[in-house]
Amino acid sequence: MAKKIRVLVAKAGLDGHDRGAKVVASAMRDAGFEVIYTGLHQTPEMIVQAAIQEDVDAVALSILSGAHMTLFPRVLALMREKGIGDVLLTGGGIIPKEDMAALKQAGVGELFGPGTPTTAIIDYIRSVSRDKRSAQAGSAR
Amino acid sequence: MANAARTDTATTRAEPEAGRAEAAPKARAPETAEAPVPAPLFETLSGIPVRPLYTPGDVNPGLEERLGKPGQFPFTRGLHPEMYRTRVWTMRQFAGFGTAEHTNQRFHYLLAQGMTGLSTAFDMPTLMGYDADHAMALGEVGREGVAISTLEDMEILFRGIPLDQVTTSMTINAPAIVLLAMYVAVAEEQGIPPEKLGGTVQADMLKEFIAQKEWICPPRPSVKICVDMIEWCAEHMPKWNSISISGYHIREAGATAVQELAFTIADGIGYVEECLKRGMDVDAFAQRLSFFWDVHNDFFEEIAKFRAGRRIWAKLMRDRFHAKNPRSWMLRTHAQTAGVSLTAQQPLNNVARVAIQALAAVLGGTQSLHTNSMDETLALPTEEAATVALRTQQIIAHETGVTNVVDPFGGSYFVEALTDRMEEEAMEYLRRIDEMGGIIQAVERGFPQKEIGDSAYRFQMQVEEGRRTIVGVNRFGGEEEVSIPVLKIDPEIERRQIERVRAVRERRDAARWERAMGALRDACMSDKNLVPFVLDAVRAYATLGEISDVFREAYGVYREPAVF
Repeated sequence: MAKKIRVLVAKAGLDGHDRGAKVVASAMRDAGFEVIYTGLHQTPEMIVQAAIQEDVDAVALSILSGAHMTLFPRVLALMREKGIGDVLLTGGGIIPKEDMAALKQAGVGELFGPGTPTTAIIDYIRSVSRDKRSAQAGSAR
Repeated sequence: MANAARTDTATTRAEPEAGRAEAAPKARAPETAEAPVPAPLFETLSGIPVRPLYTPGDVNPGLEERLGKPGQFPFTRGLHPEMYRTRVWTMRQFAGFGTAEHTNQRFHYLLAQGMTGLSTAFDMPTLMGYDADHAMALGEVGREGVAISTLEDMEILFRGIPLDQVTTSMTINAPAIVLLAMYVAVAEEQGIPPEKLGGTVQADMLKEFIAQKEWICPPRPSVKICVDMIEWCAEHMPKWNSISISGYHIREAGATAVQELAFTIADGIGYVEECLKRGMDVDAFAQRLSFFWDVHNDFFEEIAKFRAGRRIWAKLMRDRFHAKNPRSWMLRTHAQTAGVSLTAQQPLNNVARVAIQALAAVLGGTQSLHTNSMDETLALPTEEAATVALRTQQIIAHETGVTNVVDPFGGSYFVEALTDRMEEEAMEYLRRIDEMGGIIQAVERGFPQKEIGDSAYRFQMQVEEGRRTIVGVNRFGGEEEVSIPVLKIDPEIERRQIERVRAVRERRDAARWERAMGALRDACMSDKNLVPFVLDAVRAYATLGEISDVFREAYGVYREPAVF
């Protein structure tokens, strides 16, 4: 059986809005992912540390506080610095379209706004993880 | 605004199925071409089953007694004999962003537009007890509300606004004692004594642990500080609501209407019990307890919730806590339309949602109301969106005629049956919480948190299965996106705010600051009421972060167990 997809669901900064993160985490768990939830009020350093320790396929960052243009780039830079730049960084929250575009440009994965079905997030993470795993398997040979 | 888009989608929006199916007959447009639409759920948003017709047989005997007259126990029909005929509700639009100067300007604008009470939104660092220059504040200064680090910011926030002529609500919890003290200090500078100040600090920490998740210290010391404020205000600020016991955040986090009702009233019981333990007389403080409801989409359920809430509270205060003064029995409430019900898709539709929710709050008998702006799923509201939201209230108040009659749904077979049912279900939760030893224990065990999380997940799954419809999201979507202007927060604001707080620290009288901080530290180690000590500290320009640090050292920092 294939190894389960492992996802770190993370809340960064002071933002306490955790309804979305918890719903998404529950849906991922029910879809067969292994989900690690960081809990609230994490720094980018704590999140990247957890991602390394838990050896995840994806980091899903939830931000509804408006601090996304600070926190996503910071987490991404740290991931690259610590050698897990190949792990998917995705996420969601209250993020205006043009900010989403700018973050994608910078190397962040797909970002999901309000009203997104959880299945869209799950399908996306599943397909990216599968591609990455087969790419890795290819390069190992 | 996107006027063109608004005009050309107006027709397709009214009949979206027909629009998509082109020549198909209007009435039975084959929307099912994409996916079958499941049978509708004949139940309220709380899952209460709803029958097609209600008759006198659906109303339990003894209705007259359960209703009472408006202005009389148990206040099911409202708090005042004539309700909005005598005085319309307070239109209180929540505002705050950027620096104190920005929000001060917005306040002046809203007052000029006919708003009748101020309501302050603070940014995340302020809500969590950090100054703008703290590492945890990075990227968050002035984004979700106004940044207030020192008394100087507060002086600017209320510049040109005589504080004895407005009432001010401050949505602040963990550091509420600091903001209350700053407000009192600004009033002092304007020559206004605390007894003349009207307004509210939210200061409801129990719902923070349950839902909103903005805290400094663990539950018990947090509640102690809340009770300090209730006690001090009872003595010094007779017109001030020392707490706003809030269902809003509980609902927004995913609770059903019944859970919102139950957990909020459980929190209220918790505060009353803590005050009584301190030896306070219930009638000395109960009249200054206020409440705050969410108003969601389920129109009749919301109206029933307001009515059931008043009745439950009146009975509890009279019969369980033996309050003698009828004013102590009254559940006075603010209400806000449900932010969580707004959609990022087709944002103009939110104007309609807000209007319907606001109408429910009015028919439920609210004392004050905030209507959300159409753009709040995208960012903080623009001035135009905030104005439309205020105008929505003015239309309800002055054009629809609903203010002419008190509790117009009183006696409706359906609304009365629903009111009774919500009361019963909420009382069942209250019994369970009492069995756990009260709400503080229940919160420490994570009980309400888990119930709310489960409800949020259930709702999301119902939406994804198509059993709940959200217009523009899981049905009637697919149009071209309408984009509306979004408020931008200048990143410069963070830098300016950091400079200002540093300048205040440099400039203040260091000896006076030292004395006030020392006295506050000592007071935290005693049972003393902390309000006078915090007041001295803010007068000495101690910052919000510094005062919160004293609490962190004295009481510890709360960490929530990460469960989902």
